[in-house]
Amino acid sequence: MNIVVCAKQIPDPAEPGALDPQTKTLKRDGKLILDESDMYGVEMALQLAEAAGGGEVTLVSMAPDNKVDGLRSGLAMGAAKAVLVSDPALAGTDALGTAKVLAAAIGKVDGAQLVLTATESSDGYTGTVPEQIAAILGMPSITFAKSIEVRDGTVYVKRQTDAGYDEVECPLPCVVSVTAGVVEPRYPSFKGIMAAKSKPLDQLTLADTGVDAGSVGWGGGGQEIVGIEDAPAREAGEIFEDDGSGVDKIVAYLENLKIV
Amino acid sequence: MSASQPNQFGTGDPHDFLDLDGLLNDEELLGRDTVRRFVTDRIVPDVGTWFEQGTFPVEMATDLGAMGLLGMHLEGYGCSGASAVAYGLACTELEAGDSGARSFVSVQGSLAMFPIWAFGSEEQKQQWLPAMAAGEVIGCFGLTEPDSGSDPGSMRTTARRDGDDWVINGAKMWITNGSVANIAIVWARDAADETGRTIHGFIVPTDTPGFAAHDIPRKMSLRASVTSELVLTDVRLPDAARLPGVSTMRGPLSCLNEARFGILFGAMGAARACYEAALDYAGSRTQFGTPIAAFQLTQRKLVEMMVRVNRGMLLALHLGRLKDAGQLSSAQVSFGKLDNVREALWVAREARGVLGANGITLEYPVIRHMNNLESVFTYEGTNEIHTLVLGQAITGINAFNAPGT
Repeated sequence: MNIVVCAKQIPDPAEPGALDPQTKTLKRDGKLILDESDMYGVEMALQLAEAAGGGEVTLVSMAPDNKVDGLRSGLAMGAAKAVLVSDPALAGTDALGTAKVLAAAIGKVDGAQLVLTATESSDGYTGTVPEQIAAILGMPSITFAKSIEVRDGTVYVKRQTDAGYDEVECPLPCVVSVTAGVVEPRYPSFKGIMAAKSKPLDQLTLADTGVDAGSVGWGGGGQEIVGIEDAPAREAGEIFEDDGSGVDKIVAYLENLKIV
Repeated sequence: MSASQPNQFGTGDPHDFLDLDGLLNDEELLGRDTVRRFVTDRIVPDVGTWFEQGTFPVEMATDLGAMGLLGMHLEGYGCSGASAVAYGLACTELEAGDSGARSFVSVQGSLAMFPIWAFGSEEQKQQWLPAMAAGEVIGCFGLTEPDSGSDPGSMRTTARRDGDDWVINGAKMWITNGSVANIAIVWARDAADETGRTIHGFIVPTDTPGFAAHDIPRKMSLRASVTSELVLTDVRLPDAARLPGVSTMRGPLSCLNEARFGILFGAMGAARACYEAALDYAGSRTQFGTPIAAFQLTQRKLVEMMVRVNRGMLLALHLGRLKDAGQLSSAQVSFGKLDNVREALWVAREARGVLGANGITLEYPVIRHMNNLESVFTYEGTNEIHTLVLGQAITGINAFNAPGT
């Protein structure tokens, strides 16, 4: 079974991030690493391919400046190959434009039966790209998978919900977004790291994808970031005096937050 | 000059001042960052507790094996075949977590697997190395004895031929992983050679009758590491357990040379962790209405630490490049072990001072590293022995024997 994993390369969250006051977007000119939330998808894909008795795991990514460091991490984990779309014309592309580009790149992977994504990226957090990719590819979309099995051309997903989980079945091909609970990602091995540099990494331009240049980039989104501000400072918490009703108040507070 | 004035001399990355990352290729950086992530996830959160309780989670061996960290610079037999620099960088990251974790990897790879890889028979290599690389079989290395440390040639452990077998008697001391090991590489004098120059290495399964390991209690250093005494009483082994490729002190000494190479990288990891803890603390600890990093006395300490950490890493990388080029001499390894461990210990002590009273608790990594480095300073060749190695190397005169002896 051939599986595609969408793998975003993001600025290292451990480094202080910076917003570009001109474009009002995150600066992405330094080193990019594999988004930790995508490591779950890579690991799940590797385990599913192994369970299926074979098949290739392909990483698909869109990133500025032909950055490949994050993809090398995924290849070192065990993915067979990667496809990177990088083009100056893609700067400023919004979530829908990104989905168009990724969908086009996925279309170039032979025999892709399952597409795995994170539920959302750790830098952008729109959480919309997986469903947009599914819609563009005309595939069913299942979100928030906390476990995935594939048997006889059908994917069986436990889908995390606020109350528990739904059991969902869906015929392949389809797009599944995975939560951080789905599997524990492996650390790349040194053998994997050394093998990664010789694995195929196709680099595509926007023209190679066939996506209309007018629907991507700064102008393609039909949206504008009008302002950026620092997050408001955290305010002091709420204090309940325990006059005998403290427990009830705390439970009600937590219920309001849907924590209990 | 107040902090609000422009920085007229330029800025520098406090965590990589000399841009040493620029000396590493993408593969070396990915390997380094992977081990750093593992250490951050799996060692740093709990190592204070392990240290306090005097334990090391031996079950981590299979995780270390899965990453290819065990015997990682050896070729074949399930080993990673990574470069010396990659191995060194892994040691740096492991020891930034704790010297005990690096010791575990050093002993398994450089002291237990290396002699099998270098001096073992094909059967021995196939029997042991893949399982050891995977962390399923743990090894230890028995050279030092209660009365034989810097002078291993004075060892009393003997191997006596008895028919087709060997019978080993003796005791080995300060053996990392001794009581958790499945096999011990034991070095013993051949009882038939009265000159004492014939030294055999044996692969001793630790369940062999007559083999016993006792942990050394009440350590104040390397507490997140198992240290044992091995006692061998009429341990009978077939000749197939003897490493056929070496029969002199060159065998164990070449293993130590491998381990020292890991140490000269590793010590700088511990030093870096101490420097970074001190830098972080000095920036947030306020006294007399100002962060203590604003005091000239503290700045001098931070700068001396930073300079030593950068210089030591630069030395380690240079020696690593020489090793990868096949040009590294054992005297050059002594240079690195001598200088980097003593500088790491200096950095740890200085960092301890910057942290004041907080520096003595396990809430911060500093005193743990400081105490660990006291062991690292001594094992795999004391500072004195490496000084004599270098003294002989530059004068041509052997000063290992005291005048008149």
